[in-house]
Amino acid sequence: MKKIWLSYALIAIALMIAPFAVGHFGSSWVRILDFCLLYIMLALGLNIVVGYAGLLDLGYIAFYAVGAYTMALLASPHFDLHYSAWIILPIGAGLACLAGVVLGAPTLRLKGDYLAIVTLGFGEIVRLFMNNLDRPVNITNGPQGINMVDNVGIGSFDLGKGFDVANTHFGSMYSYYYLFLALTLLTVFICIRLENSRIGRAWMAIREDELAAKAMGINTRNIKLLAFAMGASFGGLAGGLFASFQGFVSPESFSLMESIMVLCMVVLGGMGHIGGVILGAILLTLTPEVLREVITPLQRSLFGRTVVDPENLRMLLFGLALILVMLLKPAGLWPSPRRQEELKHG
Amino acid sequence: MDIFAQQLINGLILGSIYALIALGYTMVYGILGLINFAHGEIVMIGAMVCITCLSFLLGHYGDLSPLLLVFASVLMAIPVCALLGYSIERIAYRPLRKAPRLAPLITAIGVSIVLQNLAMMIWGRQYVPFPAIFSNVPYQVFGASITPLQVSIIALAGVMMLGLVVLVQKTKLGRAMRATAQNPQVASLMGVNVNQVIALTFILGSCLGSVAGIMVAANYGQAHAYMGFLLGLKAFSAAVLGGIGNIAGAVIGGLLLGIIESLGAGYIGDLTNNFLGSQYQDIFAFLVLITVLVFKPSGLMGEKVSERP
Repeated sequence: MKKIWLSYALIAIALMIAPFAVGHFGSSWVRILDFCLLYIMLALGLNIVVGYAGLLDLGYIAFYAVGAYTMALLASPHFDLHYSAWIILPIGAGLACLAGVVLGAPTLRLKGDYLAIVTLGFGEIVRLFMNNLDRPVNITNGPQGINMVDNVGIGSFDLGKGFDVANTHFGSMYSYYYLFLALTLLTVFICIRLENSRIGRAWMAIREDELAAKAMGINTRNIKLLAFAMGASFGGLAGGLFASFQGFVSPESFSLMESIMVLCMVVLGGMGHIGGVILGAILLTLTPEVLREVITPLQRSLFGRTVVDPENLRMLLFGLALILVMLLKPAGLWPSPRRQEELKHG
Repeated sequence: MDIFAQQLINGLILGSIYALIALGYTMVYGILGLINFAHGEIVMIGAMVCITCLSFLLGHYGDLSPLLLVFASVLMAIPVCALLGYSIERIAYRPLRKAPRLAPLITAIGVSIVLQNLAMMIWGRQYVPFPAIFSNVPYQVFGASITPLQVSIIALAGVMMLGLVVLVQKTKLGRAMRATAQNPQVASLMGVNVNQVIALTFILGSCLGSVAGIMVAANYGQAHAYMGFLLGLKAFSAAVLGGIGNIAGAVIGGLLLGIIESLGAGYIGDLTNNFLGSQYQDIFAFLVLITVLVFKPSGLMGEKVSERP
């Protein structure tokens, strides 16, 4: 028992000093760390829909977009509204939750890949509306997006200004790191509790066999809707944080490719397993960034000049990595023990 | 000029191209139950290879008939795409046939990313122009204009679809494909070489896809490394609209989506009193798709599958 607490304490300390450790390599790495946390939140939300309930959702980023635009519209000079982030974040999560129900309700009858394509269409519709709702009435400011979104403030402390420790200034990415960390831990905690709850078991029963689950007295309609709604509200929360962290939203950030990336995090890490999903989110956020750092110097030292566009080479290697990992570990890098058993005997 | 007839013809052209690509998706899905996300990239590579060959041939054998050169470049693009489709199946899908359902989906996305970036390395980020060799003097039909190229696109697409139907319904290979789609184990007990049939399905789909890609490039006069993504998405939606796994469904879904899209683009302004402009064209396509699926959950032509086999 003592050992567990010791390791928890060590993890806590590691998480607390992580931004200062990576800050040595440049503050852009702290930013990447912040994005890691955002993607962990997103991936955990999608994990509820895909991993637990087994409903393939290819339009998940739409909920992220709903949260982000809620924040941008209610806390920016665009409409000259400046509500506190602590009011907007729950509103954003609530609206995303509503969007999840709106998407979920008519599609309950759909199975597997039909559901996938409808969710994909939903995601595209949300993005296209954001892209085009700048006329006749300018709501979303179209492809230009919304600028100068307010920062989150805690009391009188403005996260956008950063803080000073021992005469050294630490920028906004440091203060946001701790906010994101707290909310990520909250998300992880909720997920762990959900997994072992009556609802979580109902989701997994539906994933394994919907008909049998129904026969056991599970109200599959409500439980599936709940999965959509819960997953969506995590996405909405992460979206709101993204908007104020970035200070800027545009439809470009919510393309289908983003939905696919989050899905890759969930599947590559290990569907339905919280640790696996977190691992997947971290790896898929870090890999392209590390490749970005490595490729140009590597090309220089090998050929003496830049032979191919580093941006393309980076994504090419990323794609190859996706293929290789899936070929070597088809159940994901860190699958849940229960699922591994099932695969072995199933 | 009659707007309705014009939009109908535009839709027919777009629709036959969608249908050709959708066939590739639907055949693979019918047999493997797998969304081949990389199919759109094969379409793009087909267009790119054809343009490169055509430019080369025009530069070196410019005195020959341009139609002959186009024919030659199409014949070069098809085997490249067939080989590509075969390799994708061999490398990324075959090892995962017994893996969890979403694993091949991720490798498919990986293949798609790799091909897209490979194409950008080879052909660059710019639009690659299709050599202007086709006459653009249009015919007038019912007050709408249509170029000879567009007539041949519709005709060729029709012939290819008919050919595919004959192949699937009348030949030995077609029977093997249908048997594999129904039940791979039993098909293999009956002496069908399942692996071979699946490989041939990928090759067939890639051939159709590459021709469709060339049609798009010729019709719009350009190609781009990203073109495969949206085309693939639309074509896949078309396949689902018709009922995925169903060949007739893919054709009907493709034509329907093309026509709805271009009619939508033409009339959405009038219908909504200019509140919504033609930039909502894509929304229209997706809305129709969602509405159809909500009322007919397995597509227009899809069979209602029972919960238990």
